[in-house]
Amino acid sequence: MILLWGSNARETHPIFFHHVLKGIHNGAKLYVIDPRRTSSAQWADTWLGLDVGSDIYLANAMAREIINSGLENTKFIEHATSGFEAYREHVQKFTLERAECETGVPAAAIKQVAHAYAGAGRAQLCWTLGITEHHNAVDNVVALINLALLTGHVGRYGSGVCPLRGQNNVQGGGDMGAIPDRLPGFQHVENDELRGKFEKAWGTKIPATKGWHISHMLDAMERRELTTLYCLGENPADSEADRHRALKLLSGLEFMVVQDLFYTKTAELADVVLPASAGWCESEGTVTSSERRVQRVRAAVPMPTGVRDDTEIIFDLARRLGHNWGEPKAECIWNELRSLSPMNAGMSYARLEEHGGMQWPCYDEQHPGEMFLHGRLWHDPLIGPRAPFSVVESVDPVDALDPQFPIRLTTGRRLDSYNTGVQSGWLNSPLRHEEAIDLSPADCRQYNLHEGDKVRVTSRRGSVVAPVRFDSGLRPGLAFLTMHFPDQVATNDLTIDAVDPRSGTSEFKATAIRIEKCLEQ
Amino acid sequence: MDLHLTGDRPTPEEKAAVDFELGGAPESVWQGGAPDVEADTRSANGGNQKAESQRHLLLPVLHAIQNRIGWISPGAMNYTALRLDVPPAEVYGVASFYGMFSLQPRPAVVAHVCDDIACMTRGSEELCDRLDTRLGPENLPCAGGRAMWMRSNCLGLCERAPAVLVVKAGQKPQQRVLAPATTDRVQSMINDAANDVMPAAPDVLNPQLSVPQEGSPKLVLLRRVGKNNAPELDGYQRLGGYEALHKAFDLGPEGVLREMNASKLLGRGGAAFPAAKKWEALHMQRDLLKANPGRKHYLICNADESEPGTFKDRIVMEGDPFAVLEGMTIAALATGAERGYIYLRGEYPLAGQRLAAAIEAARWEGFLGQNILGSGLRFDIELRRGAGAYICGEETALFNSIEGHRGEPRNKPPFPTQAGLFRQPTVVNNVETLINVPLIINQGGAAYARIGTDSSTGPRLFCLCGHVDRPGIYEAPMGTTLRQLLTMAGGVAGTGRLQAILLGGAAGTFVSPKEIDVPLTFEGTRAIGATLGSGVVMLLDDSIDLKRILLRIAAFFRHETCGQCVPCRVGVVRQQEALLRLVDNRPMGSKADELVMLKEMAQAMRDASICGLGQTAASALESALQRWNVFA
Amino acid sequence: MKQTMPAPSQAAEQELAPTPLQPIPPGPVPQAPPPRERRMIGITIDGQPVSVPEGSTILEAARKIGIDTPTLCFLESLTPVNVCRVCVVEMEGSRTLVPACSRKVEPKMAIKTDSERVRLSRKMVLEFLASSVDVSTAPQFAGYMERYDAKPERFGRNADTVEQPIKIDNDLYVRDYSKCILCYKCVEACGVDAQNTFAIAVSGRGFSASIATEFQVPLPDSACVYCGNCIGVCPTGALMFKSEYDMRHAGTWDESRQQQTTTICPYCGVGCNLTVHEQDGEIVKVTSPLDHSVTHGNLCIKGRFGWQFVQIEPAEKQE
Repeated sequence: MILLWGSNARETHPIFFHHVLKGIHNGAKLYVIDPRRTSSAQWADTWLGLDVGSDIYLANAMAREIINSGLENTKFIEHATSGFEAYREHVQKFTLERAECETGVPAAAIKQVAHAYAGAGRAQLCWTLGITEHHNAVDNVVALINLALLTGHVGRYGSGVCPLRGQNNVQGGGDMGAIPDRLPGFQHVENDELRGKFEKAWGTKIPATKGWHISHMLDAMERRELTTLYCLGENPADSEADRHRALKLLSGLEFMVVQDLFYTKTAELADVVLPASAGWCESEGTVTSSERRVQRVRAAVPMPTGVRDDTEIIFDLARRLGHNWGEPKAECIWNELRSLSPMNAGMSYARLEEHGGMQWPCYDEQHPGEMFLHGRLWHDPLIGPRAPFSVVESVDPVDALDPQFPIRLTTGRRLDSYNTGVQSGWLNSPLRHEEAIDLSPADCRQYNLHEGDKVRVTSRRGSVVAPVRFDSGLRPGLAFLTMHFPDQVATNDLTIDAVDPRSGTSEFKATAIRIEKCLEQ
Repeated sequence: MDLHLTGDRPTPEEKAAVDFELGGAPESVWQGGAPDVEADTRSANGGNQKAESQRHLLLPVLHAIQNRIGWISPGAMNYTALRLDVPPAEVYGVASFYGMFSLQPRPAVVAHVCDDIACMTRGSEELCDRLDTRLGPENLPCAGGRAMWMRSNCLGLCERAPAVLVVKAGQKPQQRVLAPATTDRVQSMINDAANDVMPAAPDVLNPQLSVPQEGSPKLVLLRRVGKNNAPELDGYQRLGGYEALHKAFDLGPEGVLREMNASKLLGRGGAAFPAAKKWEALHMQRDLLKANPGRKHYLICNADESEPGTFKDRIVMEGDPFAVLEGMTIAALATGAERGYIYLRGEYPLAGQRLAAAIEAARWEGFLGQNILGSGLRFDIELRRGAGAYICGEETALFNSIEGHRGEPRNKPPFPTQAGLFRQPTVVNNVETLINVPLIINQGGAAYARIGTDSSTGPRLFCLCGHVDRPGIYEAPMGTTLRQLLTMAGGVAGTGRLQAILLGGAAGTFVSPKEIDVPLTFEGTRAIGATLGSGVVMLLDDSIDLKRILLRIAAFFRHETCGQCVPCRVGVVRQQEALLRLVDNRPMGSKADELVMLKEMAQAMRDASICGLGQTAASALESALQRWNVFA
Repeated sequence: MKQTMPAPSQAAEQELAPTPLQPIPPGPVPQAPPPRERRMIGITIDGQPVSVPEGSTILEAARKIGIDTPTLCFLESLTPVNVCRVCVVEMEGSRTLVPACSRKVEPKMAIKTDSERVRLSRKMVLEFLASSVDVSTAPQFAGYMERYDAKPERFGRNADTVEQPIKIDNDLYVRDYSKCILCYKCVEACGVDAQNTFAIAVSGRGFSASIATEFQVPLPDSACVYCGNCIGVCPTGALMFKSEYDMRHAGTWDESRQQQTTTICPYCGVGCNLTVHEQDGEIVKVTSPLDHSVTHGNLCIKGRFGWQFVQIEPAEKQE
């Protein structure tokens, strides 16, 4: 059984979806939970079209149904978890009937998916940004993890939870410590012993407290605490929610260096632009995929003149700042990492080559890597700490609907495009049409709109003009835009920067808008 | 699945045809229905298993559109795709496979004029020439744009050649057989059809014409044909019908299999495989069947009789349909199949009508259904129509056709008894094989085996056609010689001088008048390098140019190869080209070179083709070349 | 590291760790359930005994002992359709030859792979194809034809062919069905064996059967999602990347000057392996290794065609 939650993997992770389809052809059931009836949802045995942002309600109602039907995995809960009693009590108020009211999904369908998930011999719960691009992103994730703990669908072959990563190295970025509180290998920066290990190796002091994530950085810019920015391979001027605010803050920086392949919107604002090579085909290194598979990237074509490898630029910068880090050789850097990050220790370049990539943790050169995590939870006696149930409440999206802004706009990715379009924009895709706002045919009728008509889309923060496209996978009151063509339709002029305090993600998925037919077509 | 449809939309009439076939309007907006905003936009059920479970409805739905509209438009295919959750490219792939479906607009009335080998001996060329003069060229509208005519492969009406089948699409689709056809009759039928005054019955079974032995006390297989003319269950029982089924219930599955084994019945479809062996293969899997609720056994009556010159099954189904049902019901008892299919050739309208009525009557009287005659046996039969593809008579192609796929044969193994229809254990029996079953049960396998020879037991049906005095189906014990059979049929017609006999149809073999004393048994024909095949005995007098017959057979195979495997797909084309060169007397290199090449092609087709079609596509030609210096 | 959007969820997971300051101790190394034990089946091929696991094909057994069997419609990553029949072998006790690519071994099978019958059938299959299809860009053909002494010209210049106008209806693919041997691979790759888009199917019947979109509409009107997985499996060049087609047309395609480097797709987190084909410093096409557990040779439109951005001129880039 495969449960896709807030994910349109058919378009956003097409090759992952090949594997899902293989499962389907082998008899696996697919359930898809998504406000839109996406192309992924069309493969589902059952699709649940919940209201944007009502995921926790749905998850908790499923939990209640599972518990009250006696389908929870009591043995696992007792063996490996904590906090079950409080959780059980908490979810009692999430009845199927109320859940139907709150999520819009028929109670029978919620019951069906709850029973299917709990009753499955093996179940995968996968999600994407439909879960995490919310102001309560972490709560959303927690609510899903609760379900996995409740049913024991974690840490076993064929059962688990999996966030599908949007970039080839989001996971790798985390692995390498590109998160505010971690050093490489997810070693906590506030753990003195661990930090000490790095300080010794690097011969320098490391700040002993965690840093900022990007939303915090914007806040810090606002407070003028952050005045200098070194921005690598990111285009916050287009990609941040509430773009007007982001633009203003970035423009107000005292000094900004942008290192990128492209002269992006952000680069336009920079004091110094360092042209960098394409990480995936002009440089050597590794990336980590959603399944924790560390794989080699290799230089396949020479980089253009005037362009330098990211590591070379950073090493050179270090040299200018008085530190000689030696030759910027990818394998040497990797081997240094291996010496400091236990989970990567066994992954030599030779082994990565031999195995076609390896899944961490891989503690030594005899270790085969691990195809799934959390197997320790099934070990008797339990290894390590218990996995906690967490009580989470459902909180509506920050940008509330009202008669002024009656339509819920949600965002996402299309098959042939990617983020702000700086890369995919060069692809001559026969699938591509100009960016348009997708609306339900019923809404189009109501607003007297035909396909191609231009509408003004207005949120509490901004306003854009976009042509209309019908999407029968949308229900009345739901609209969809992407951020692939910011020059044409600056979707992030509309979105809200309501940020999840823990993850730092903005609520890209829930914007309140209204639409008006443009008088001049 | 995530269907992508082109902008083509169905017309209300097309939609109505599909909805009617599927038993009503669609459930939700996702299958093409009117949107129910509340329910449809909040949850949807579907999935691959559901899609797979309804795929088998594809061919019936395409029939429904073709019958109603007269052709199948992109909009209609899109709607079919949406309703059945089948990708439109696959709908198109399937629809374009079958000869009876037109994917281009064409008139509602179409006259299919057989110009195949049996009809060639009875003036089909002259008929076509006259139609061409009177109605204009084939494939173009005539009768004020409301009709057209076109040449057709064998229509299975060879005893009444030349034959024409007039088809009319519309709210009440009709098919009407004209045989023997004359230009006047074809013309007036086309006009009647175009003006909506077609007779209700598609055809009349005239036993005097089709069963020359009618009334003979010696008949066993054909004894009821013509005696129960508006076939009714009462009449069938009065004539001894369903006695065998009662007896079979007493015998039980093992007892039935014992009798079947003792009978040594070999399949009558052409491959001559022991019928009891197939049944036993399913019976031996009965424990698995019981233990596994998802497992099913299927029984298929192969009634896709399309071998040129063959018409025996049609006459049996038209004249004694309950015998087929009784045979199938006994087979169901022995094999554990709870569902049976009759896969009927699409061009057999009267047989279709009679079978449908018989199935209905049998259900009504408890001879089919949940608990047949209180015995506890559960078995029902569904009638499926082919759509103009000879290849679907090949059993694995037939499975694909029922399942809603292109009628392309599968590689064997796995054999049907292991993984057949819907990948479940399946027995496929020919119509004639099945009507032998009640006979065997009634008189006992051992007694049955005393009919015929040691290794070819029982009576056999022969389709006499071509230059024969009294064409029709003849029943004779296995072992009857060809000469005896010809005598029964009144000898050679035409010039009265026999040139050649084609045994077994287009996939069969020619024999010469010198071989006329061959006993018609499997082993007897094999001994002279021939085959009994489907029982065709087609006589050709010495006025016939054998080369033209060979060319027509080559054209038949070129038209009917499914195109799946290379040796057959290209082989039948290269064979036809070489033949044409030889007939035109402009060989590449010498004639001998061409003959060597033909021989090599024949061997590769026989050795390397996936199925029997390719493996036998050269056999008639080869047998002719062995016997005569055709291209002297 | 390229990252244009924040990566929230992994941070989320870390927040959940019971004691975030302490590393979680290693657990047991996860194991997949043991595969079903497969008994070994002994057969002889050309007189040599060979033993392979139950369920193996004759082709696999032949390869094990170094016997090279020609194949056209077979590919390891696709369900065998056994339609080309160039792999047929002689099996003792079988009336006809059997396809090595799909026929499973059975105890005591005796196989001949180079008998007169086998050679004749293979030769005829090659002649049939080469006389009806343009095989000029099919890499395997020349070698096979030489090996089996195939002379397709003996069917004459008037032999019917599948020649038809080339289809160029989009910027990514070219479809030249004059080169199509109807091996079904593209249909399988577009269908259940990989992409499950079903934009193409075999249509029509017999010699005029062809691969087609629904109602023969141009590709941009069809269900095609331009994953290019059909091109990846095409054995004859009937399906070709536009980039390759244009270079061949211009006479600049030169595989001897090309290098292949495998790297990872930049477009999502699945980790698809891309094999970048480089000529004269430029990417000329992208494929994926068949034997990798992530892609099995398959990609999506972005992975397959989304590489233009790395070789646009700097002046263009700044626009």
